[in-house]
Amino acid sequence: MNKSVCSLTDLKIGETARVNKLSLTGSMRRRVQDIGLIEGTEVECVLKSPGGDPIAYQIRGAIIALRNEDSLNILVTV
Amino acid sequence: MGLTANSTGLNAVDFGLVIKKINDNDKVIALAGNPNVGKSTVFNELTGLKQHTGNWAGKTVTNAQGVCNYNNTNYILVDIPGTYSLMAHSAEEEVARDFICFGNPDAVIVVCDATCLERNLNLVLQTIEITDNVVVCVNLMDEAKNKGIEIDLKELSIKLGVPVVGTSARSGKGLNEMMNMLETVGNNHPISIKYIKSIEEAIALVEPVIKEKIGDCTIHSRWIALKLIDYDTALISSLSSYLGLDLLEDNEIAKSLHKAREIISQNNITDEGLKDKIVSCIVLTAEEICMDIVRFDRKCYNANDRKIDKILTNKWTGFPIMIALLGLVFWITITGANYPSALLSDGLFWLEDRLVELCILIRVPKFIYEMLIFGAYRVLAWVVSVMLPPMAIFFPLFTLLEDLGYLPRVAFNLDKSFKKCCACGKQALTMVMGFGCNAAGIVGCRIIDSPRERLIAMITNNFVPCNGRFPTLIAIITMFFVGTTGGLVQSLVSTMLLTVVILLGIFMTFAISALLSKTILKGEASAFTLELPPYRKPKILEIIVRSVFDRTLFVLGRAIAISAPAGLVIWILANISIGNYTLLAHCSNFLNPFAQALGMDGVILLAFILGFPANEIVIPIIIMSYMATGSIMKLDSLFELRQLLVNNGWTWITAISTMLFSLMHFPCSTTCLTIKKETQSNKWTAISFLVPTVTGIIICFLFANIARLFI
Repeated sequence: MNKSVCSLTDLKIGETARVNKLSLTGSMRRRVQDIGLIEGTEVECVLKSPGGDPIAYQIRGAIIALRNEDSLNILVTV
Repeated sequence: MGLTANSTGLNAVDFGLVIKKINDNDKVIALAGNPNVGKSTVFNELTGLKQHTGNWAGKTVTNAQGVCNYNNTNYILVDIPGTYSLMAHSAEEEVARDFICFGNPDAVIVVCDATCLERNLNLVLQTIEITDNVVVCVNLMDEAKNKGIEIDLKELSIKLGVPVVGTSARSGKGLNEMMNMLETVGNNHPISIKYIKSIEEAIALVEPVIKEKIGDCTIHSRWIALKLIDYDTALISSLSSYLGLDLLEDNEIAKSLHKAREIISQNNITDEGLKDKIVSCIVLTAEEICMDIVRFDRKCYNANDRKIDKILTNKWTGFPIMIALLGLVFWITITGANYPSALLSDGLFWLEDRLVELCILIRVPKFIYEMLIFGAYRVLAWVVSVMLPPMAIFFPLFTLLEDLGYLPRVAFNLDKSFKKCCACGKQALTMVMGFGCNAAGIVGCRIIDSPRERLIAMITNNFVPCNGRFPTLIAIITMFFVGTTGGLVQSLVSTMLLTVVILLGIFMTFAISALLSKTILKGEASAFTLELPPYRKPKILEIIVRSVFDRTLFVLGRAIAISAPAGLVIWILANISIGNYTLLAHCSNFLNPFAQALGMDGVILLAFILGFPANEIVIPIIIMSYMATGSIMKLDSLFELRQLLVNNGWTWITAISTMLFSLMHFPCSTTCLTIKKETQSNKWTAISFLVPTVTGIIICFLFANIARLFI
């Protein structure tokens, strides 16, 4: 299998990946954990805003928009 | 939080939560849940109250309460803010958790969204960790069914150890069953979440000590132990005062806690790591529970939503659609309001004549009936005929967009621009609320987590004209810039100009937000997550009824309550003379030099000042003042009104300056009061008052003086 680690922002629309590591700190780290985004969670990139930032992801059945500066620190395995 | 009688105007001010029991047997029920799962709908269906519902996360920002009588018991339902978690990372989460812990509810109903149950279970698990008395309400079952999602509720109930009921609150389905289940919460035996070995060992050391100390308590000793190990200091001190036992000072607890922490650190778990582990265990438990009980028939159950999203948030079409929708709402408002406005005005002025005749007939002294009719009644008639139709049209349209779920997409589109100003994209939501009522917009700012960004949103909210102001803008635009002949072209031009004015307001919001971020509210943009809810089919009839009875009539009522006495005051000012001038003339003459520098005149500025309690009455005051000083004439149409204004020296410069100042001046008194209440600070209230005022003064001054150079 061809597995590679990249950041969440690298996903193209429609691509699915699994969270490998959360490098976020402080309130943002706790916030994404509260919405169910922990290591091992499956995430799909679903929508980009007109400026390309924020980007919306499907996380445990809900669509959540995250800013790129934050999702850059969420490492995923494609 | 939307715009309702309970959320606009003075009621927007939150005076804290006091549970009003009718008698001692009443049961207090807390309604908890993730944002936007239909908690408010459940609440409304049960209590008959009109807590506003809309399709976006974070509407309910205060605790609302209502009474529901079921099986001869009064249930006092408390709608607590929607949260994803009870870990108290934000103000709402703290309010929610504190109410569940310390509000002494007899039961907690956790409302879940059937379309994304797994994430919702997170909150359910955290709630049953605190208390036994929980009923889980899986709402939006109809929506889930349409999407091909099947949920085994019986199995869920067995797995959680608390009653579970499926509901479709929008049609009232399942709610009776839910109320029945409230009576059985005493027999609940909720599961406890299994943490990793080291945390379990730590809990096993602390929990027995706590259990012995607190005895019979609705708050689980296991949870208290966990929070002590997690060292949640704010919660521990609240718990201590609630239990009447200083948890940190108690020797036995301290001893066990010390040992427990040793276990944690022996396993190389840091403070941050401990929090991670706790959350992970909860999330994974939710995942495990859902694995067996939720079935998806179709893999891409929300494909349609994604298609719509692609268009509404597209690089090329996203912004044009946004502006076009804004324009469309205004166009419908302007064209739709013309005819009923004229009709109302005819009717009310016809009634004025009859009232005068009646007064003469029954020999009411002249100065009394003139004061009441030409003062109070006339301003009232103006407010009603100018304000009511646009409001009655605008509010339902606004509600429609809200129910559809479009507003979060606006925030999604605009977030990048807000981020550039170091502000939060959710500010877009508070701005949209500002279109309805700035006071409601201010309260809505609670959805913004960072205090710095919240203050920015509060201070700039007034740059969005509320419904009390945009009829003023529409009237001036119609009179001075498009002619009053009517027709499609005229209404389109009016709409365009109004949209330009609003866009200017939005631009100013960005500019001032950026300025504030660079000066008194320095800082970086902070944690941001925005949920894009599924689109929902709005219930048209309900929207109309709700917006007319709930929003329109209420806001109108407030305008009337203020306009009648204001009319009286103006009349008195205009009819009592000192020296050669009336009091009104003294006041406006005093203001005149300053007002002239801003492109207006003393009367207009005086009207803005007198309109401090409610912006709706600014134009009526201006008209009253001119009519009181000149000969009394009949104003049957906007054309004649224009004549009156022109006779009093209005030019297009006056018109634009007045519009600019209307867009940018001090917030109304209720908004100021709300800001005071929300910020708990005189300083920020003063700043919120001064920032738009000073901006307006500068811009009007520049505009008027530059424009005068060219004529």
